[in-house]
Amino acid sequence: MYGWIGQLLRVNLSSGECRVEKLDPALARDYVGARGLASKILYDEIDPKVDPLAPENKLIFMTGPLTGTMAISGSRYNVVTKSPLTGAIAASSSGGYFGGELKYAGFDGIIFEGKAAEPVYLWIEDGSCELRPAGELWGKNTHETEDAIKAATCPNARVACIGPAGEKLVRFACVINDKHRAAGRSGVGAVMGSKNLKAVAVRGHGGIKVADGPDFRDAVLAALAKIKANDVTHGGLPTYGTGVLVNVINAHGGLPTRNFQTGIFAGAGKISGEALAENYLVRKKGCLACPIACGRATLVPGGPYAGHGEGPEYEALWSLGADCGVDDLAAVTKANYLANELGYDPISFGATLACAMELYEKGYLPAKDTELPLEFGNAAVLVETARKVGYREGIGDLLAEGSYRLAERYGHPELSMSSKKQEYPAYDPRAIQGIGLNYATSNRGGCHVRGYTVASEVMGVPVQTDPQSPEGKAALVKAFQDLTALVDASGMCLFTTFALGAPDVVSMLAPATGVPYTEASGILAGERIFNLERLFNFAAGLTKADDNLAPRLLEEPMPEGPAKGKTSALAQMLAEYYQVRGWDEEGRVTAATRERLGL
Amino acid sequence: MAKVLVVDQDKCTACRRCELACSLKHTGEFNPAAARLSVAAFLDDDYYLPVVCQHCDEPACQAVCPAGAISRDEKTNAVVINEDRCIGCRMCIMACPFGAVDYSVAEQKVVKCDLCQGEPECVLNCPWGALEYKEPAGQALGKRLQIARRVQAALREVV
Repeated sequence: MYGWIGQLLRVNLSSGECRVEKLDPALARDYVGARGLASKILYDEIDPKVDPLAPENKLIFMTGPLTGTMAISGSRYNVVTKSPLTGAIAASSSGGYFGGELKYAGFDGIIFEGKAAEPVYLWIEDGSCELRPAGELWGKNTHETEDAIKAATCPNARVACIGPAGEKLVRFACVINDKHRAAGRSGVGAVMGSKNLKAVAVRGHGGIKVADGPDFRDAVLAALAKIKANDVTHGGLPTYGTGVLVNVINAHGGLPTRNFQTGIFAGAGKISGEALAENYLVRKKGCLACPIACGRATLVPGGPYAGHGEGPEYEALWSLGADCGVDDLAAVTKANYLANELGYDPISFGATLACAMELYEKGYLPAKDTELPLEFGNAAVLVETARKVGYREGIGDLLAEGSYRLAERYGHPELSMSSKKQEYPAYDPRAIQGIGLNYATSNRGGCHVRGYTVASEVMGVPVQTDPQSPEGKAALVKAFQDLTALVDASGMCLFTTFALGAPDVVSMLAPATGVPYTEASGILAGERIFNLERLFNFAAGLTKADDNLAPRLLEEPMPEGPAKGKTSALAQMLAEYYQVRGWDEEGRVTAATRERLGL
Repeated sequence: MAKVLVVDQDKCTACRRCELACSLKHTGEFNPAAARLSVAAFLDDDYYLPVVCQHCDEPACQAVCPAGAISRDEKTNAVVINEDRCIGCRMCIMACPFGAVDYSVAEQKVVKCDLCQGEPECVLNCPWGALEYKEPAGQALGKRLQIARRVQAALREVV
């Protein structure tokens, strides 16, 4: 095959058997790769009602046909499984170098089944594979684990692993590869931990064939020119990282502050991308094949929060900063380092801590239940809980359950800022209407990278829409969600879409694979993937009632700023959304839509 | 003066597009292990340096080749291997101080940078100008200015 390697590795952790399987070309064509292909395999192979942490759940690592090529930002792989945080399908994307290396070693993806009796890691080298004992790695953080595995295998190996958070089944534990890149959301690291799988290490010397090299090269160079001519992809993102958004979103009155009690944070400037660049940035860093280089290699040289690593990104600057009322950038950066080292999602952690702080503030979470004063704005508490949650120590054990289960425990689930039990990222739906509809309908729960309408509503990409108006947002959300599913499935990074559209994506996808993808058939593949995830979720027991937002966003008007007085107009947008999706009034995918999409 | 690959380490982001572009051009596949250059990325130290063939004025690879297989392309200034003459003894690999010559497992032959007949693919695909194809003149001035800034800062602290 071209683009795709054409081989999958199936690893049964219970029996220890590793088997090489052929990739079905028709399945690859229809579901493209990564998020799409892995979701199809998960849908076909597991009972959607399975306990996410039981051996019957499967964990799938999957690249796309453009991963490891020089397609723009073609670094991505996805980790797909049933989420222990949401009970819905989880598809978490990561960059770095791991995904490409898996293909150079001869595999498009790996399907993990069952559960190992003892901790193990998988070592893959040029088509051969071996499960090795990982007892001595258990308990080590992600950086120590990667160093130890490289020492035991090959210094040039690429490693994806879990930290203590994954081992301890923190519900928002992630998979970390190349030390600083994360398949971050929905607790995919906890599923890996439940299987006693500590890491996957890979080294390959093989090549990826493309169907039409000259055509592919020309398409890539044309797309590269667009990336370099764009103010976001060759200006804001490489200069300030994703943190460039802190001041922008704050100016729109949509930077959720103190658990979404308001949309303006007085300390925004202190935790902005600009402040990070001025104080702690060492240099910008790109993932494999990425011309954007939003990655931040950072160093906090001294003080109580000294450290060295990458990030924080915008979402973490917000969740650990504004959402907890903390404006100490060194503390936020340190907490982010801890999230990477211990292996969990800083969005869900910060948002869960913010929820705990509001429960504490209102007296619902009694002081006797926590050894720390959970006050908004307390930087020391932020950093201490960031450590404790990774080990489920003390109050960390409660936080490790996520905000919904925490707030429910104390009788106030309405204070969890989440959809489908997954915490929202850094945009208030009262100030930016479209993103609220996306939060409510995202198949993995509260999430911005299923349909990033902020691009249109705030940045005017590809067209400017009014962030405070619900008009036309149903179609806008659908368009973003379908394109995103295609981009995720291709192996490219979503950030390319600030400069590139569906025609650019298929201009690379078609000559790479030899499949004559067009703009229409590419978008249709994205829509097919999105609907397949929806079918999985409904089979898992989710319903229309789960397409919802936290009551605060629907009932409590934004207290100040440009969106003062606004609430989310979700109900209006949702009804229209079901129509444009071709779903019935209960949000079910209709037979006609299934037939149209070949589902 | 003839053009060569000039590297600006500060501009490199470790994206390895150069390796990918190089491997497609020379092998028809994407395979960093077969690229004629490598980004030495010491990620823990935040230090990334593309290591490339210098196309030396007096190439050690050429001097040591017993088969007379290595010569200079007068048009592009590239030091190139004549595959018909190469006997695969790999002396050039041992002699090159930069590791610019390598044995490609994928292609089963000794390979090195040939500057793509004067239009290097790595340069075309580097988003940041960390790799340029130009005359290597004037490289020192930028460094001298940086040193002068450090002297200036040091003097400010004590004077």
